[in-house]
Amino acid sequence: MSPHVLAAAHSEGFEAPTPADFWQPLVGDGAFALTRPMVLMALSVVLIAAFFLVVSRRLSLVPSRLQFATEGLYNIVRNSVAIDLIGSRDFRPFLPLLLTQFSLILVNNVFGIIPVIQFPTFSRIGFAVAVTLITYVVYHAIGFRKKGFGGYLGSLVPSGVPGWIAPFIWLLEAFTFFVTRPLTLALRLFANMFAGHMLLLVFILGGEYMLLHGSNPFIQVASIGSFAMGIVMTFFELLVQFLQAYVFVLLTALYIAGNLADEH
Amino acid sequence: MDGSLNLVGYGLAAIGPAIAVGMIFAAYINGVARQPESRGMLQPIAFLGFALAEALALFGLVLAFIL
Repeated sequence: MSPHVLAAAHSEGFEAPTPADFWQPLVGDGAFALTRPMVLMALSVVLIAAFFLVVSRRLSLVPSRLQFATEGLYNIVRNSVAIDLIGSRDFRPFLPLLLTQFSLILVNNVFGIIPVIQFPTFSRIGFAVAVTLITYVVYHAIGFRKKGFGGYLGSLVPSGVPGWIAPFIWLLEAFTFFVTRPLTLALRLFANMFAGHMLLLVFILGGEYMLLHGSNPFIQVASIGSFAMGIVMTFFELLVQFLQAYVFVLLTALYIAGNLADEH
Repeated sequence: MDGSLNLVGYGLAAIGPAIAVGMIFAAYINGVARQPESRGMLQPIAFLGFALAEALALFGLVLAFIL
């Protein structure tokens, strides 16, 4: 780096990362650009499909190490989400959806801390909205199919509510079902990935700035603390990334179960 | 150093959900400590409560950037 550039960096001071850092077009620009998260999403689909195909081709009664790990992952979704929430009678048709969502979200989230890739796909809200849209259509379709159009809309009010207050409850419940639920589902995934990645950017770029552009040795030594926090936060992110994939399928299963249940 | 007062507001707004999430997991840990068999039943409830409380913090985060 030339002295001129260094001097310029000195006068500018540290530039904190902004939401604009998450817009990373690779080819083209504007609405139809091919962006980095789009490539990562395609990559994740190929990886997950290849992984499950390879593992399921060589199934044996005495599982290999890989098969054992995969079954562990599968059992999280099957036992602690699908069976616990939807019930052992009806869970089977929804298992593919739940496992797909879980593995897709998990892999794309973990992309955020894998070196070189290092970009959580769901930190762009469009991807979170697309995954949420599937959940949204599925649980409403179940409700409409099971109770009929009027029956489903009528069943939003719990039984036993006094007549005069029922319209208000209905408004609140309809708002929850049609607006709040999908909104929070998409926002939760997006905001966790976005904020978590921003946190890593702050610590690591801050450490880099203190180390390379610090005005005295004390600041340069202090950059060790910043990098250490970056590493600690990376492991914390791994936990959050797993948790978000789990919470997403948990809520999807819960919404499906709510509309499958016989009475409200 | 320049910035938006929105972020200070968001920091204040995040106190509520932070306390709520802490209380939810405190109750969950208490429950499991008293009755370890109830873990499977409490876990979805705890995470549901966590998700609901967290939603408020997330609305705040989004509003802090939008407004």
